[in-house]
Amino acid sequence: MTARPTIALVGALVLAMGAVELLRLRARRTGSGGRFFAHRSAVWGVRILLFFTVAALLAPLVAPYDPAAQPGIVTLQNMPPSWAHPLGTDAYSSDIWSRLVYGGRVSLGIGLLATLVAMSVGVTIGAVAGYARGWIDAILMRLVDVGLAVPRIFMLLLAVAYWNRIPLSILVLLLGLTGWFTTSRLVRAEALSLRGRPFVDAARALGASPTRVLIRHLLPSALAPIIVSAVLSVGNVMLLEAGLSFLGFGVQPPTPSWGTMVADGQAQLALAPWTSFFPGLTIALVVMSWNAVGDALRDAFDPRPEHA
Amino acid sequence: MSDANGPLLSIRDLKTYFVTGAGSARAVDGVSLELYPGETLGIVGESGSGKTVTSLSVLRLVPEPPGHIMPGSLIEFEGRNLLTLSPGELRAVRGNQIAMVFQEPMSSLNPVFTVGEQIAEVARVHLKVSKPEAWIRAVDMLNQVGVPDADRRAYEYPHQLSGGTCQRVMIAMALMCHPKVLIADEPTTALDVTVQAQILELLEKKQAEMGMAVMLITHDLGIVAGAADRVVVMYAGQVVETAGTTDLFAGPLHPYTAGLLASVPRLDGGRGELTGIPGTVPPATSWPVGCRFHPRCPHAWDRCRTQEPPLLEGPRPGQSARCWMVEEPNRRKAP
Amino acid sequence: MGGGGTWLIRRIAAAAAIVFAVVSLTFVAIHLAPGSPFLPPPDRPLDTAVVARLNRQFGLDQPLRVQYVLYLKNLARGNLGYAFSRGQTVRSALATAIPDTLLLAGTALALDLGLGLILGIILAARARHATDLILSNVTLFIYSVPAFWLGLVLVFVFADWLHWFPAGFPTSPGLYESLPFLGQLGDRIHHLALPALTLGLVGAAGTARYQRAALLETLGREFVRTARAKGVSERRVILVHALRNSLLPLITLAGLSLPFLLTGSVLIESVFSWPGMGRMATDAVLARDHALVTAIAMVASAMVVTGSLVADVLYAAADPRIRERAS
Repeated sequence: MTARPTIALVGALVLAMGAVELLRLRARRTGSGGRFFAHRSAVWGVRILLFFTVAALLAPLVAPYDPAAQPGIVTLQNMPPSWAHPLGTDAYSSDIWSRLVYGGRVSLGIGLLATLVAMSVGVTIGAVAGYARGWIDAILMRLVDVGLAVPRIFMLLLAVAYWNRIPLSILVLLLGLTGWFTTSRLVRAEALSLRGRPFVDAARALGASPTRVLIRHLLPSALAPIIVSAVLSVGNVMLLEAGLSFLGFGVQPPTPSWGTMVADGQAQLALAPWTSFFPGLTIALVVMSWNAVGDALRDAFDPRPEHA
Repeated sequence: MSDANGPLLSIRDLKTYFVTGAGSARAVDGVSLELYPGETLGIVGESGSGKTVTSLSVLRLVPEPPGHIMPGSLIEFEGRNLLTLSPGELRAVRGNQIAMVFQEPMSSLNPVFTVGEQIAEVARVHLKVSKPEAWIRAVDMLNQVGVPDADRRAYEYPHQLSGGTCQRVMIAMALMCHPKVLIADEPTTALDVTVQAQILELLEKKQAEMGMAVMLITHDLGIVAGAADRVVVMYAGQVVETAGTTDLFAGPLHPYTAGLLASVPRLDGGRGELTGIPGTVPPATSWPVGCRFHPRCPHAWDRCRTQEPPLLEGPRPGQSARCWMVEEPNRRKAP
Repeated sequence: MGGGGTWLIRRIAAAAAIVFAVVSLTFVAIHLAPGSPFLPPPDRPLDTAVVARLNRQFGLDQPLRVQYVLYLKNLARGNLGYAFSRGQTVRSALATAIPDTLLLAGTALALDLGLGLILGIILAARARHATDLILSNVTLFIYSVPAFWLGLVLVFVFADWLHWFPAGFPTSPGLYESLPFLGQLGDRIHHLALPALTLGLVGAAGTARYQRAALLETLGREFVRTARAKGVSERRVILVHALRNSLLPLITLAGLSLPFLLTGSVLIESVFSWPGMGRMATDAVLARDHALVTAIAMVASAMVVTGSLVADVLYAAADPRIRERAS
């Protein structure tokens, strides 16, 4: 690898580690922040996530090669890891590490955006159902029951079947729209418990609109479980996107995503295992990081006595 | 009453600390006491005094990761140090020679086993009897603790029984092997008042029958007055006074004890104000310097604020208090 | 048991209602989507006789509510339409595919629960010691791994490199028919090993994490302290007193594993060329065979709902407290 990408890479690493240390020092020992940083695996998770995010954002600087370049499709294809290509080359002679970095933009981006969609829908519907009660609640919850009964991947397959090459934006929307059901139940439960409290009546008597009550009172108390749900959801969505892309229904070539990279490697698994191995390992590490962070957040917000 | 043949159970300089986010919580900080055969020792204190942790430490039931019994502590039973027993040896003592009854009877019983099974388990573990034999003994114990219709009740689950009955079940489990020591940690606190009296009566009756020693932990002075032969008063992880029950109630040496006694409303008293003890129990992570009670003590002077008093023998035999006023009675301020 | 019976009926009715809702919503979706329902897209011509029959059966030229009634009637009779991409009715296509998926999913579930339970107990018993710290992270890793990638890794190691197991298919093509019965059984197991292990491992990681947490929580409860105070051995405390209380949620977990297994089947069957529902769904999507994809989605949903129902019933049967409340 040449000098500039190496420097950029090291810079990304330093940035990630430094940011984590800063956050860690600022968190007080007792309280949620302190509890979070007591989880070693979560701290590593944040480092890994920050590193890949920074690398993805700075992809043009960090990636040593153009991810779409196929310089020597006959001579340079399926090369094992070397100094020139730290993670090797794939069947099209593209550098795997560069594709990984650019692929991170797609995979992480989809994960985050789809989760945003899912959370927005889930929180809204859950709040409305829990606050309004009555037939609105009944209908919405039946809808949630249906949503939970159909395995998510089949919902996605059903939808994807109608597109030849699905646009990224639609993919994000679909992933989001199939993942809000559990969150809505969560928020609904909070809204229901809130509804029964006298201060809601007091607020209404003072002329507060339902929206205002929901936003000012419900959201703060429901924020912790929503955040935990969101963090865990990102990992889940990334796995789903990887799976769909692996099957050919998700991200479409030539856009690199970690899932498509695993699929590309499948054909030459026996003679060039690294082509599938590294992208899949990256997915595993990143999803593991989301899960570790989510678990630690759950513990930090709602500590159980003496339990690891 | 006290037996001249030496104590059955002897706790010396017990220190049980807990690791918390805010530092080390010294819940039990150098507690020494003795239990003699056949007697009932009352251990009194508010929550945060360390009385429950002391009782749990005897059978090493303190959860180990946050809690830790510090080296240098000694708990002697029949000539052996309980704190250095192997797990197997300890198990032979638990439920067999030293038994324990806990505060919340409903949650202290396993919800998915019948009460009969849970009582029979003690016999199976220690008395090595067959399953049917153990069941017979369990039903018999249920009878002995005053549960009506015992052979039917034995098939029921804890959630189907009242709190009082659950506590009787716990007592049956504890007494199955005729233990020499029974530790009862707030056995009646979670029960209704009428049931409380019944349970205490039961304990008294069984103690007389079996001749065991009872360590009765409670925050209720009324219970102590009725049931205990001797009393140990605990505050801030330490023993602050020990005396015979009559002596304690007639003439408490330690201001904390006096404060406890004064705060109990009397049916025959006049219409005075209820007096509490000003201030609150300090956190176990930061006990006050000097005498731990001095921030709340009406008599405190500078010696109390700097020097921690040891247990000093009072004028009457068998009564000692952790208070400088035992040495300097003239320091006592008039009420 | 009168009261329990009422609860059971209500629970079954609720499950049936959800399935009905799924079926109805699917009907709506089919008709909202582009293209004509139950018929292939215009660029895939179909035999006119078949088209005529489909038109008749599903009333494709009739008003919507008539179509809906016909749709439900057909469903009740098992007529799920025609899978033009395979040249057979959906029903016969599913009849060949479902058993293969059930075999794979069933084996994976057994591995999942067995391994997961044991691992969960070990993790809880050794909580906060070195064993737990290392194993917990390994478990988390396996839980986070994309199942299809794990499959590829296992294929590379055990099939391509070590040649211990085959890389795909449920039986040895060509060879299987000529084997004696025991040989056929062995061949099947040999081929089942890697795909079931892939799904089973990821599932077990999830189960272990859950079981560890549940067991640790139970171990903190007061009746565990009572058991210890009685002199019960630590092994019995964990395996009898605590486990019995934290096993109940495991039943629910097993019932809820169905969505995971079905999702996994879509990806794993692709990796291992396994001719089950999942692979069929993938192929159907590629061929734009909407009738088939839809039918598979509905069958999958019915499985999920049934699994959840069975789990609830088993849970109620096992927990004395729920039985009380129900009656």
